[in-house]
Amino acid sequence: MVLDSGDTAWVLVATAMVMLMIPGVGLFYGGLVRKKDVVSMIGLSFLALALVSVQWVLVGYSLSFGTSVGGFVGGLDFLGLRGVGIDTGDGTIPDLLFMVFQLVFAGITLAIITSAVAERVRIGSFIVFGLLWTTLVYDPLAHWAWGGGWASQLGALDFAGGTVVHISSGFGALALALVIGKRIGFGDHDMEPHSIPMTMLGAALLWFGWFGFNAGSALAADGLAANAFVVTNVSASAGALAWLFASWVRGKPSALGMVSGAIAGLVAITPAAGFVDPLSALVIGAVAGVLCYRALLFRVGRGLDESLDAWAVHGVGGLWGAIATGIFAVEAVGGVSGLLQGNVDQFIAQVIGAVAAVVYAFVVTYALARAVDATMGLRVTEDEEYVGLDISQHGEKAYA
Amino acid sequence: MMKVEAVIRPERLEQVKKALEEKGFVGMTVSEVTGRGEQKGIKLQFRGRTMEVDLLPKVKVELIVKDDLVDDLVEAISTAARTGKPGDGRIFVIPVARSLRVRTGEEVM
Repeated sequence: MVLDSGDTAWVLVATAMVMLMIPGVGLFYGGLVRKKDVVSMIGLSFLALALVSVQWVLVGYSLSFGTSVGGFVGGLDFLGLRGVGIDTGDGTIPDLLFMVFQLVFAGITLAIITSAVAERVRIGSFIVFGLLWTTLVYDPLAHWAWGGGWASQLGALDFAGGTVVHISSGFGALALALVIGKRIGFGDHDMEPHSIPMTMLGAALLWFGWFGFNAGSALAADGLAANAFVVTNVSASAGALAWLFASWVRGKPSALGMVSGAIAGLVAITPAAGFVDPLSALVIGAVAGVLCYRALLFRVGRGLDESLDAWAVHGVGGLWGAIATGIFAVEAVGGVSGLLQGNVDQFIAQVIGAVAAVVYAFVVTYALARAVDATMGLRVTEDEEYVGLDISQHGEKAYA
Repeated sequence: MMKVEAVIRPERLEQVKKALEEKGFVGMTVSEVTGRGEQKGIKLQFRGRTMEVDLLPKVKVELIVKDDLVDDLVEAISTAARTGKPGDGRIFVIPVARSLRVRTGEEVM
């Protein structure tokens, strides 16, 4: 096909917007931890971007988008970006641009999972775990949904990464938190967020970048991109209000809850953005806000230290989004109808795709985390944790 | 009249406040400080290299009480602030000459 300058320009911009979400995750998480671990928390997100960028160029892109090996993983044809050219491809944007657009998605996914190890991970062990995780969990899941793998052959829809990005990182975080264990003193003394404005700044960057994430996933500057853009904003807003009101019922309307709800709404609309209309997005976002809030309360009630709620927001929100896509999809938007238009098959395909990703992400992450823990130790020593990772891991302080 | 000044772990502050409230000690001044004791902070080992973190974050709690309540107060603070590890902090008892309420100018206690 002929390259289109409008499409190419838009996806270039969208890629840069998604890149900005990665430090956005860092700031969101950084505000939620104690002030002795802020440099570490923001640093882990940058580290995720840098690590995955290198891995993706060398092997990740090929494992995700290479010629399918049994529908499970891509082959090695694009190793080191061999054959990924500036004017090749079946779409209207260069292959090389498609590659880097996909790269930032892989990067943010690893950044999200750092929730599980907040304030206690050894940086060297995280580097090894992160490389293994993005290679053995992210790359196959990206292949299943987008690289011609079995889930896409089954017809399971994932417009912008509800399954690949959010279910994988959310349920991965749950497994990782179970392996690394609770922070010292968790449940005994307060671990209040040290800076809610920092978290809100992170949420702002995420909301902004998400337009690139979802509307960019149209891979064209067209009406579908406009639909994705609009439903993204609608769902984020509905999620923000839903969580705000849900927290109000139990006490004060929480600003932190409001931005968490926005993220829940953004996560849930991600797989659906190219398949549903704005009114459905309203429902998807509102349900996500309440559901993810409930998941968070459940997590806290169980005494589980999945510290910054990647599971509650990304895992549960992503699962709901994948299923909601099967319910609310309308033919007029993305050419596929969902349960409400009588298409039961689509609904079933969504459930199968999502549940398979939940199981795969949880089991493989658990195994990888156990392996790294047994060989290198995932956790810092008690003294290092007490002093804080900023000093013990980086020799730096966030606030002089 | 005495000032009881306790330098404790920041993460024990909630327990200390709760224990003091139960015993009827309500008024207090709390400040965030850094400090070190006889261990000179914490030593971290890095591949043979030693790194010292000498000033650790602490919380200073100050209360002014009548002489006969001092023992009770000191007991309550040390029980609530204790973890048994080095770094639990110190308590000082200092005589206070006068105490005035700013709003009215009257002497209290």
